[in-house]
Amino acid sequence: MEGINAKYVSQKISKTRWRPVSSSSLQQPDIFATGSWDNEDNKISIWSIGENGISSMDDEFEGDPQLVCEHKHNGDVLDLQFLDQDRIVTASSTGAVIIFRHHHNSQTLSVSQLWERAHHYPCDNAPCTGIVCNSPEIVTVGEDGRIILFRADQEGVLRTIENADSSTIHAVTFLRTTEILTVNSIGQLKIWDFRQQGNEPSQILSLTGDRVPLHCVDRHPNQQHIVATGGQDGMLCIWDVRQGNMPFSLMEAHSAEMWEVHFHPSNPDHLFSCSEDGSLLHWETSSNSDTPSFLQGGRNTSIVSRSALAPAGGNQSLISSWLTGDSSKGRLETTHMLPSQTLSVNSLDVLGQCL
Amino acid sequence: MEEVDVEPTTTPIPGFDSNQKHLGFVWGPGDILVYETIYKASGGSAGGCPFVHEVRKDEDIYSPILRKLFNESHHIFVGLQRIREDMPSKNKKPQFVSISKNYRSVIRACMEELQQVAVSTQDAALATQYGSQVSILLAVELIWNLCEVLFIDAAPAGSLVLHLLDWVRLHKADVDEKAREVLASESPAEHQAYWDVVISYVLQGRMDEARQVLVKQAALQPAARAMFKLLDNLLMKMPIFNPGETQTLTEFDVKWRHWREEVDRCLQDQSFASNPHLEDICKILVGDEDVLLEHKELLSTWYHFLVTRLLFSHPTVKPTELHYYAQSSMHMFLDTRSVPEPLDSILLAAFEFDIHQVIKDCSIALNNWWFVGHLTDLLDHCKLLQSHNLHFGSNLREFLLLEYASGLFTHHSLWQLAVDYFDHCPEFGRVYLELQIERVPLDTERKALKVIRICEQRQMTEQVRSICKIMAKKALRNNRLGSALSWSIRAKDAAFATLISERFLQDYCANGTFSDLDLIDNLGPAMLLSDRLTFLGKYREFHRLYGEKRFLDAAKLLLSLMTAKIAPRSFWMTLLTDALPLLEQIEVIFSADQTHELMFCLEELTSEKSVPNPDRPMQDEDIETTKIELLRLALARNLAMAIVKEGTVEV
Repeated sequence: MEGINAKYVSQKISKTRWRPVSSSSLQQPDIFATGSWDNEDNKISIWSIGENGISSMDDEFEGDPQLVCEHKHNGDVLDLQFLDQDRIVTASSTGAVIIFRHHHNSQTLSVSQLWERAHHYPCDNAPCTGIVCNSPEIVTVGEDGRIILFRADQEGVLRTIENADSSTIHAVTFLRTTEILTVNSIGQLKIWDFRQQGNEPSQILSLTGDRVPLHCVDRHPNQQHIVATGGQDGMLCIWDVRQGNMPFSLMEAHSAEMWEVHFHPSNPDHLFSCSEDGSLLHWETSSNSDTPSFLQGGRNTSIVSRSALAPAGGNQSLISSWLTGDSSKGRLETTHMLPSQTLSVNSLDVLGQCL
Repeated sequence: MEEVDVEPTTTPIPGFDSNQKHLGFVWGPGDILVYETIYKASGGSAGGCPFVHEVRKDEDIYSPILRKLFNESHHIFVGLQRIREDMPSKNKKPQFVSISKNYRSVIRACMEELQQVAVSTQDAALATQYGSQVSILLAVELIWNLCEVLFIDAAPAGSLVLHLLDWVRLHKADVDEKAREVLASESPAEHQAYWDVVISYVLQGRMDEARQVLVKQAALQPAARAMFKLLDNLLMKMPIFNPGETQTLTEFDVKWRHWREEVDRCLQDQSFASNPHLEDICKILVGDEDVLLEHKELLSTWYHFLVTRLLFSHPTVKPTELHYYAQSSMHMFLDTRSVPEPLDSILLAAFEFDIHQVIKDCSIALNNWWFVGHLTDLLDHCKLLQSHNLHFGSNLREFLLLEYASGLFTHHSLWQLAVDYFDHCPEFGRVYLELQIERVPLDTERKALKVIRICEQRQMTEQVRSICKIMAKKALRNNRLGSALSWSIRAKDAAFATLISERFLQDYCANGTFSDLDLIDNLGPAMLLSDRLTFLGKYREFHRLYGEKRFLDAAKLLLSLMTAKIAPRSFWMTLLTDALPLLEQIEVIFSADQTHELMFCLEELTSEKSVPNPDRPMQDEDIETTKIELLRLALARNLAMAIVKEGTVEV
């Protein structure tokens, strides 16, 4: 039940994502992609764990992730998403948005499409900070406050919302097929509707009180009005976008910035978050969702943890397991990745039974 | 100034002719910037060259495989620092030994990986580079292992020889390979390397394996069975000191002497005269140095010779006597070579228990501070270093760690590791960190956030402020006012917030509308950061109230802005002009008192402007005076209506 696999790779990893498995097959996801940052030459790499086709019930057969292929990347990888089985979209710190294609036969990566300077300032390059895709459409947001809508196979930009925000937009997610939600560095959530023509958000939600920059957002997979956000002070907030301005609940989660938050795609009672202070938390609700009351700490009997985290700085690609804590209210069980929580966890992704 | 022990190496700079031009240079934290000056060697000056060369001493940092070394050792380092101080030192020793073993296994892992890559790479230059890195790592591990045996584990007499034997065995692995080859062949006893294998086993003190291999030979020569049996017996009976047993050192010594006498007797009896190989082995068992020296190629290094010599002549050697034997062994072994290699002198210094000399020699020989930094830190934890203060930097450990971490900081990616190292240097670490962390290049907001988080955790408010200011300035340059504001809020920088609000207000004056309404509307408590910001927020609120036609509230707000002196003087004119439509309403909005106050403000404003400014064109003057007159008129009318209204008594 616990499988921790740690492997040192020689790069600082900023994002990691599992390749989506088709819903018909019951395979565990076995291939994931990582993007690096802060190196002289950044790259995106594809790794695989274990071997396909061997179903092993015991977890002795935990291989180290093996590098399958990699490709140079201009600028830090700030966000990474799988468009479909073969293509990966990345957001770069030079403001470019790149689509890579993974060729299974030759196990190589190649650049399939490139939008240079998609995000830019008049004189500089602006980093593109977030991507979300709903194939074949891609929405990107950047530090220049622009929201851009692309289509995967077309050259040009489909639509740009200029000056969508006066501050940096950190993350974006789809609410419905035509609506997106963005979070920015003055602590606001904005909902944009693409069917409308103007450049105004259709709704703005924010916390009263201190405006804390929000870094990540994720939508509940089944209920589209429930959204979780994580902020700079490590607080996790759950919002209901139908109801007004206040978040539904606020929880203190981490002691430093929370970089990523994800609902489990098929098991939405579980939520995962990772942060700069080096911890990775697993949240679980007990009751059903209209009024989620989150128990802190979880018992994970159903989640086999072969997880892939990517902390920063230490160039570690870690896979960690969960402590099975008592599901008692008010106690937070954190997973300790190795004895010291010295370096931050930059990214996490969860799919099926693997984290 | 001390003498330099080793000749400095010269690095040629491409494209530069040292006979023609002079070279100028400047020191950086880890490298030198070198440029051609315009001065010719023979006086006079010529055209310059546009290139600046960067000469880097340490290229290991940039090697992708060695990065793992740095990262894993960082992890071990942090773990070491966290060992609690209050535990008794008896319990700590095994912990230190295991930490030392951790370090060594990390080195070995890197070495193996480098080896693999060196073998598989196509590029010849790269292969040689990898090869040299592998050999450096080998040497480093050798030295570390010896230091662990001698200093950290601090084995007493008796087990000292055993530990040294282990050390040698670990670093001379080809014996096993040869043995496998021999045993795998069809007739092992006839193999040409057969006797080499047997003798190597004996030299390393592995008697059981030697006996096993000897059996093969014995089977071939049934006539000489008695001889083989005798030797086998001798080998089996050799006493080995076992520290776990209750046998004391003196008992062991007695036993060993008995055994040695027996071997000697066999030699004197010429029992092995017929077989020169067996006789050799017997002489080795007795500790005959000449025979040992005959097998130089099998020993291959002087320290192997030393250990073997000790095993067979002085197994109860005390640590303090070690250096005498080391010196003599080295001289005996390396008789023809004149200058000992750096590795040899380092090992000799280790045998002499001169830790400082070891560290000094290693620092000179290696090109980065990784090894000496970590080793010194570990030795310091074992309390083996006398702390004498250097006149630059506090003590040796801290000096070396600071140097190492500074070198790391120049790396574009490994700087995050260096932060932890600075944390654990009590005297100067913080200062170094403060200076270095400001100079990390910040390309993206995310990196800036990480750097700021590091500073905030250590209460370095100055650095936080300066980094936020850099980011805010960058944002401002790109016209991202909202970003700039959020950075100055993070830094709690009132002055910058004021600057940004000024920009907003200027934009308003120029355009007539506010940009970035979403930001200003939702300022929240951050508004209180600076006066100007508060004014901005309130002014926007005024506009909103006006838009919602809540005139009374709007009027009150407007007045309070002026009377509470929140509004800057330069803006008063605009505010009064905004008040005009309120004054002109049919309903009376401003009460009499309020109107009085407005008039007072107007008077204050105009009294300042009584001196005409010769530079301003006549049109502006006209506009100003028209505005003022309009205001006066409106105020007077309003006052009249207000007085009437307030004076009216409802009947």
